[in-house]
Amino acid sequence: MGLHAFLLLASALFAIGLYGVLSQQSIVMLMMGLELMINGLIVAGGAFWYHVAPADADGQVLVLVAVTVMALEMAMGFAVVTAIFRARDVDMTDDAADLKG
Amino acid sequence: MHEVTPAWALIAFPIVLAALALLAATFDSVLTAVATGRPAPLKAMSDPLREVARLVVQQRRRTFMPDILLMRIGIFTLVVAAVLAGVVLPLGDRPVADLSVGIVWFNAMEVCVWGSLWLTGWGPNSVYPLTGGYRFLAQGLAYELPHMFALITAALGAGSLRIGDVVGAQRGLWFAVWMPVAFAVYLISAVAMAFWGPMNQAVGSDIAGGVRAELSGPDRLIFQAGRYALLAVAAAAAVPLFLGGGVGPVLPAWLWTALKTIAVLAVLVWAKHRLPAIRMDRFMEVSWMVLIPATLLQMLIVGIVVL
Amino acid sequence: MTLQVIAFWALAVASVASGMAVFIVDSMARATFALLASLLSVGLAFLLIDLEYLGVLVILMMVMEMLIMAVFMIMYMMNPAGLMPMKMVHNDRAAMVIAAGVFVLLALGAFVTPWPRRRGRPPADVTGALGLSIMGPKMLVMMVIGVAILATMISTVVLATHRGRYDRYGDALEARRPVDPGGGRLAVRDDRDRHGEDRYGDHPGGAQQPHPDHGPGPSSPGHGHDPSHGHGH
Repeated sequence: MGLHAFLLLASALFAIGLYGVLSQQSIVMLMMGLELMINGLIVAGGAFWYHVAPADADGQVLVLVAVTVMALEMAMGFAVVTAIFRARDVDMTDDAADLKG
Repeated sequence: MHEVTPAWALIAFPIVLAALALLAATFDSVLTAVATGRPAPLKAMSDPLREVARLVVQQRRRTFMPDILLMRIGIFTLVVAAVLAGVVLPLGDRPVADLSVGIVWFNAMEVCVWGSLWLTGWGPNSVYPLTGGYRFLAQGLAYELPHMFALITAALGAGSLRIGDVVGAQRGLWFAVWMPVAFAVYLISAVAMAFWGPMNQAVGSDIAGGVRAELSGPDRLIFQAGRYALLAVAAAAAVPLFLGGGVGPVLPAWLWTALKTIAVLAVLVWAKHRLPAIRMDRFMEVSWMVLIPATLLQMLIVGIVVL
Repeated sequence: MTLQVIAFWALAVASVASGMAVFIVDSMARATFALLASLLSVGLAFLLIDLEYLGVLVILMMVMEMLIMAVFMIMYMMNPAGLMPMKMVHNDRAAMVIAAGVFVLLALGAFVTPWPRRRGRPPADVTGALGLSIMGPKMLVMMVIGVAILATMISTVVLATHRGRYDRYGDALEARRPVDPGGGRLAVRDDRDRHGEDRYGDHPGGAQQPHPDHGPGPSSPGHGHDPSHGHGH
């Protein structure tokens, strides 16, 4: 389980998440895709810490930031979904395309 | 880890946990018998074992279009979470697994109870269990933050997340004595976490047993066993965290641990029969407006003392 | 060491498989818990590389996060239990191609890039090193995280709630007790009001309509309170 194995896992999780983000119509499912992508980042961060520079805590701090971002992303996402659902009864990305150019 | 876990601990731990869970169930049924005015209440001591026998042979009921997979995951998670939360607690002087982040591990495992109850409530495709599952989530949001702060306060007092170090830091004075707020909050949140007594609305009789309304046969047996195991673990964790662990005069460490654990467990079971139910929406407000500031103040005081 | 390698690959396969299951299963509950399984596998994999604290932290946070997520998922999805199969996707084919392409690129990059050699060894107390780091040289990161969390808390409440202070305290902000669906008893400003018991929580119709003229209020200003102007903008 060298660095390569971890990065392979990270890329797989990131790609699955990206598929979800691009393809899902429901905003909530889209957010699950985002969570998976950040999950991939967390794996990569932890792996780089252990396999490249374990003496410093920088990698750990990065993982901590990523975990926090995950929680914040979910909180903001659901707040936006709630607001838009309340205002327009919309829970699909296709119906919320106001800013589309 | 400091040392290799002896093999006997691996065998002894589940037996001790099961014995504690059975003890809690026995005491509870005796108290129930007293409260309902049954003649010869001590005869109720065999009720839990009879219930076990009955549930083992009982035929399972099925609801319409259940999600059996999720329900089973939920039921088993309850037992597994209780056992895994218990492995970091010292049996005597040494736990089964002395993790360096034992307190966080304990917390993480007991949070799995959220998932367990919600899944068990969701699985049967029935309204009362689902209501119970959501009730527990609401209760979880209420109790979890004060609970975490109480745990962190103990860790702060010891300067370590390892439960062995927390015990070691209490050689002079029990944490329960000089952090009474954290101890009280821990006991309240332990009751809430084990959906026990005054905070058992997730399995409340007003919604026909809530989460466990549709459980029958072995499913119900495992769920109930998990519930009592969780209560036992919640009580047992109070001993190393706040009551000095196995430290005590004359008697050996394991006996002190056992005695203290049984005492806390007895208080929790007794409290169920003495305290009125607290609705989780009201508890939410008390919890966030009173308990969180109180634990934060407690943590500030502990922090100043430790510095 | 070999046991660790086996454990890692088992967790990696479990993580990727349950990650895929998120977008395959019909039931929202199953999708949420598949995502949770994926996250938990990553948390457990961290325990294999000495990241004890972060691994357990991931487990702790993700269980709570996914349970909250389950509530919202089911609230905002039609057919949340997956009792009828359905697929809610757009650009499925293109998304799959792009995702596969990204995976190949990332994986190639991971194998081709000459990563630097490992410097140093993990400290004896990994968790302690993290703590000292965020309270020392990396304190700015921690402070930014703190501010970001605060900002998120405020903005999520602002976005998600439909009730403001006028809904709670009446149009003239003169109610002694806020009218909150969840009780609000502890937010009382003056406990002389003893008539307002039925306004709280127990029946939602009563809880949402502010009654600013309810209390005895000797100094009540003569503002007219339009009863139709309740809440919900």
